[in-house]
Amino acid sequence: MSAEKQIWVWADYRNYFQSRVTLQILARASVLAEKTNAAVCAVVFGDKVDAYVKEYIAHGAQKVYVTDDPSLKTYNVASYAFLLTSLVRRFAPETLLIGATRFGQEIAPRAAKQLDTGLTADCIDLDIDDAGQLVQVAPSFGGNLIAKIITPHTRPQMATIRPGTFQERPHDDDAQGEVITVPLPETMPSPRVRCLKSELRPARARKIETADIVITGGRGMGSKGKFKKLFDLADLLHAEVGATRPVVYADWVSSEALVGQAGKHIKPKVLFSFGVSGAIQHTAALADARFIVAVNKNPNATMMKLADVALVADANQVCSGIIRALKQRIRD
Amino acid sequence: MLHIIVCIKQVPMVSELPWDSKTGTLKREAAQGMMDPSARRALEAALQIKTGMGQNQAHIIAVSMGPPMAEEILYEAKALGADQGVLLTDPCMAGADTCMTAFILGKFITGHCPDAGLVLCGSMSSDSETAQVGPQLAEVLDIPAIGYARRLELVGNCIRVERHVDDFMELMEMDLPGLVTIDHAGESDLYTPRYVALGGVETAFKAGDVRLMDGAALGLDKNFNALTSSPTKIIDVYSPVTGKENRVLTGAVKKMVDTLFDDYGKIISSAMGKDLKTHDHEGDV
Repeated sequence: MSAEKQIWVWADYRNYFQSRVTLQILARASVLAEKTNAAVCAVVFGDKVDAYVKEYIAHGAQKVYVTDDPSLKTYNVASYAFLLTSLVRRFAPETLLIGATRFGQEIAPRAAKQLDTGLTADCIDLDIDDAGQLVQVAPSFGGNLIAKIITPHTRPQMATIRPGTFQERPHDDDAQGEVITVPLPETMPSPRVRCLKSELRPARARKIETADIVITGGRGMGSKGKFKKLFDLADLLHAEVGATRPVVYADWVSSEALVGQAGKHIKPKVLFSFGVSGAIQHTAALADARFIVAVNKNPNATMMKLADVALVADANQVCSGIIRALKQRIRD
Repeated sequence: MLHIIVCIKQVPMVSELPWDSKTGTLKREAAQGMMDPSARRALEAALQIKTGMGQNQAHIIAVSMGPPMAEEILYEAKALGADQGVLLTDPCMAGADTCMTAFILGKFITGHCPDAGLVLCGSMSSDSETAQVGPQLAEVLDIPAIGYARRLELVGNCIRVERHVDDFMELMEMDLPGLVTIDHAGESDLYTPRYVALGGVETAFKAGDVRLMDGAALGLDKNFNALTSSPTKIIDVYSPVTGKENRVLTGAVKKMVDTLFDDYGKIISSAMGKDLKTHDHEGDV
């Protein structure tokens, strides 16, 4: 093949409107490609994926490798990983980036193992070092530690990227890209996992893990009845509600809402924390929250120290106050 | 007889993390260990399958790769109901990335558990949070795999798995042998781990039969070195700088709330995706 360096982005388009991660990675790949003089390429598998191909070109893909076949209609980890690794072997990209959706985090490690190359999980930044290597920045311990990782000896350099990390580029209808159609190989592995059912869940069951605004409540909310007020606030803010362990144990809310080391990890743009003292098992799961508003009667609570804005007051009263203020301030 | 292998990992207890405040790094060797919460859920799933199958129909081996102190979680696994505990431990295994960890666990399973029917892992450990070892172990073993299971059901020689992946609810099925990772953030309480009965770990400890295996016992090459064999290399570890303003508001609730919206309304409204009035008190009473 040509000696052209390529950065590949595996296209994850399922549930397209919820997950823009592929577009976000394309934007970052364009920056990296400039530094290494590489071409940005998207790799698309599926059935009738024309519209996505056009979209990726409009968002910065200079080349798009496409395998379009009715048998690829349903996402399948094993067959997609097989296709991806056969394309990588054929075209030898320098770098392969995949969105850290759950499916992405399944296909990426399998492809990496098949290719005997390294893979860094859930990166929150990517850069190029002086030697032209991909520096993969990944959090651990719920964001309390950050590791910089390289893949010195094997190619491609692989990483999964946390959704929401990079800003997608504006849609450019005039962008030009080359489409390379790769037919389905004649010998595909026989499917060993059968998908009996796959359905999109109703929108209301949205996940706290990816919500832009999260409201967490602790014992400081006062009672089960008062805790319910957080859901009224959540409706106004389009937020999800999380809770600390004592609140879950007291049965104020179901264990699905548990935010913490043994529960959900969250990464909202804004976190409202009501009556939470801030045990580290809880705070370990919210290190990625960008802007924190904490309310607690105790100004010395750990949660108050972690906050951008700390309101020293009764959590329940402030919750009511914010609800009132929002009703006046929201412009429809 | 169904042979179930549960891969478990010892992780530092986050409440006990000994930070080196000067360097901002974790003194991991000094950390208190515990069984990774998602591995604990995988063990719980194995125990429930065993219970459901009746006496002597299933055999559970808990296996871990780690330093000698990781032995503790294998005693705990035994106290919880695992039939056997095995620790793969050798200085040559230190520094393994996910690829090498999968390789070493794979060596144990192919070499010492040829009858393994079901391999269970937690979907993602609480410390390194990669979610990679399970899928990579399936590649090493060349068996089918399903990730993020919320519910398992054995149907003859086949396993049915319900899972939630990227807003999709899926029902999958595969023949055994196969590998399943148990969702670390399960919404259903099905695999909420049980507690060890008081004195259970002590009893298991007294029985003293956690098997230790080193590189030679596993048949690793005598020059094997997981750190240098790992395709990824960590070049730096640090704590993120928070750089927060930490503004403290006190006084009347109404005033505080107004200040919050006046000064930070833009941040809140952009996260909401809706316009908010800031510096607009016309609704005041």
